[in-house]
Amino acid sequence: MENSISRQIPRETPKDQKAGDLERWASIVGGGAMVLSGLQQRSLRGILMAIAGGGLVYQGTQGNSTVKQVEDAIGLDHAIRVEKTVTINRSAPELYSFWRDLENLPRFMQHLRSVTVLDDRRSHWVANLPLNQTIEWDAVIINDEPNHLIAWASAPNAEIENSGFVRFQPATGNRGTEVKVVMEYQPPGGLLAAAIAKLFGEEPEQQIGDELSRFKQLMEAGEIATVAGQPQGA
Amino acid sequence: MRAVCWHGAEDVRVDTVPDPKILNPRDAILKVTSTAICGSDLHLYDGYIPTMKSGDIMGHEFMGEVVEIGPEVRTLQKGDRVVVPFNISCGNCFFCQRDLWSLCDNSNPNAWMAEKLYGHSPAGLFGYSHLLGGYAGGQAEYVRVPFADVGPIKVPDGLSDEQVLFLSDIFPTGYMAAENCDIQPGEIVAVWGCGPVGQFAIRSAFMLGAERVIAIDRVPERLSLAQAGGAETINYEEFDAGVALKEMTGGRGPDCCIDAVGMEAHGTGPMALYDTVKQAVQLETGRAMVLRQAIVACRKGGKVSVPGVYGGFIDKMPMGSFVNKGLTMRSGQTHVHRYLQPLLERIQQGQIDPSFLITHRLPLEEAPRAYKIFRDKEENCIKVVLKPLAI
Ligand SMILES: NC(=O)c1ccc[n+]([C@@H]2O[C@H](COP(=O)([O-])OP(=O)(O)OC[C@H]3O[C@@H](n4cnc5c(N)ncnc54)[C@H](O)[C@@H]3O)[C@@H](O)[C@H]2O)c1
Ligand SMILES: [Zn+2]
Ligand SMILES: [Zn+2]
Repeated sequence: MENSISRQIPRETPKDQKAGDLERWASIVGGGAMVLSGLQQRSLRGILMAIAGGGLVYQGTQGNSTVKQVEDAIGLDHAIRVEKTVTINRSAPELYSFWRDLENLPRFMQHLRSVTVLDDRRSHWVANLPLNQTIEWDAVIINDEPNHLIAWASAPNAEIENSGFVRFQPATGNRGTEVKVVMEYQPPGGLLAAAIAKLFGEEPEQQIGDELSRFKQLMEAGEIATVAGQPQGA
Repeated sequence: MRAVCWHGAEDVRVDTVPDPKILNPRDAILKVTSTAICGSDLHLYDGYIPTMKSGDIMGHEFMGEVVEIGPEVRTLQKGDRVVVPFNISCGNCFFCQRDLWSLCDNSNPNAWMAEKLYGHSPAGLFGYSHLLGGYAGGQAEYVRVPFADVGPIKVPDGLSDEQVLFLSDIFPTGYMAAENCDIQPGEIVAVWGCGPVGQFAIRSAFMLGAERVIAIDRVPERLSLAQAGGAETINYEEFDAGVALKEMTGGRGPDCCIDAVGMEAHGTGPMALYDTVKQAVQLETGRAMVLRQAIVACRKGGKVSVPGVYGGFIDKMPMGSFVNKGLTMRSGQTHVHRYLQPLLERIQQGQIDPSFLITHRLPLEEAPRAYKIFRDKEENCIKVVLKPLAI
């Protein structure tokens, strides 16, 4: 019950498409449209801020024209974007509440060492890198619609720039809740690049897929299926 | 503990390995009292199932005594005697709640592998490759059972291991194969393969109202056992099974056709050679002789049921026949949990004693030989039960 799309983001977007795309984006985030494919690309952060209505919380964003914000955000090259959806046999409020307590995330996101909530909007994230290294950044919740949507972005000057949203939408026919995650990150250059590539996996959509599977297992079965630690022959 | 480990095609060994531990709150640990070798294990033995790793503990048909339980298991107690379904199922997901236990969403830690191959992941299985979870199996002295609060069924006093062991797989599998035929009064059911699954399919077809059952194999003692179960038989080495079936059914063809052979069907003629070569060079993962024959033999508008396992791709599927004759096909790994209680009742009521099938009772240590004689049909072997402990 999953699908995934990830790809490199092309650079240019004809201007007249921008406003139309923004509507489609709003529709995706809001739950109307289903997949990203076909949409002209621009920074997810810009989109999320635009839709959130002007980046009220996130400092460093200005301007009141949403289209302007989107335009500002265009030009991010090589951003990696991942989209994945899974259906979970629990209500949207239950799933939203679990996720909104961001300190729960490391329970199913294996690459995270910890998330510390600083206040209602800000949190501090620590992720594991190879060789027992870590990378840390602050994130800000830029849109919070209870029982429906949580959108976040890394704070300015974060070592790894990333943003994303998770959307909870009731599935048809008592099938629970469709949980869609869209995440984007901007791989930094230099030495960090390789480490970050490891962090997000060679196949980022598989990693986010695994994380969503574990979230589903935790919420439905109460535990995460594992074989780590079982016996094996030599 | 001692456990049967896979080390490569035709290389299974009994190794000393660490004892299993509770890893999750809903786990239990069993001391295995009886475990069997399944036709599905032969696909591993012959090296046709991908993603096995050297040292993997085999076995998915087992029962035993609960010796340890995780903190969330409230339905079992130490000392309970239980039979365990071969599929691992959470009980809470969309599929488990609709009685589609072998399709559980939450039991395969390697779901991504299966998604790549199948589009979606089925349930994890005991001892059946990393694609299907990489769980250590039950051909061992002890085994860890995940979701022990929904899988195992307690064995009532007075029933022996041998009477209930096959509830773990092959009795439900044969039964579901027959149920998937939706047998109507007066219907004739053909069963390809008189191995353990075929034998239970024959008996289940009668239980579910079949008027006649025609069984196909080439191994004499398996054909005799099919006859003992009430079936008419065709030795496909003496007769072309397709022709014989048509003659035996007034030219109509059987109403229901069950493929209880699967991906390692044996055959003769150019098509068999084609499959053997393609499978050997891994262009095809299943030899689909039986499935093709079942489709072509089936009466117009009839039903094809496929308990036989296929792991990947097959060739020369007679889709034209399937479409133009308006057939229905049903399949699946068995939803064992669904059948435990009703089939246990049939055993208790004396409608069937599954132990009729057992030809060999051997110590676990003899597993390598047991695999070989079962695969090669030596010593009239039809079903082997292994005893892990000297009980
Ligand atoms: N769906 C499930 O959940 C499930 C569960 C258990 C077993 N299975 C599968 O069922 C199949 C049978 O299992 P089994 O334990 O009875 O195995 P088995 O290997 O003992 O029996 C297979 C039988 O098929 C016969 N056979 C081979 N080629 C034939 C042909 N061309 N025509 C007629 N018969 C032929 C063999 O002689 C043998 O007797 C296997 O594929 C196994 O993996 C499926
Ligand atoms: Zn089996
Ligand atoms: Zn389930």
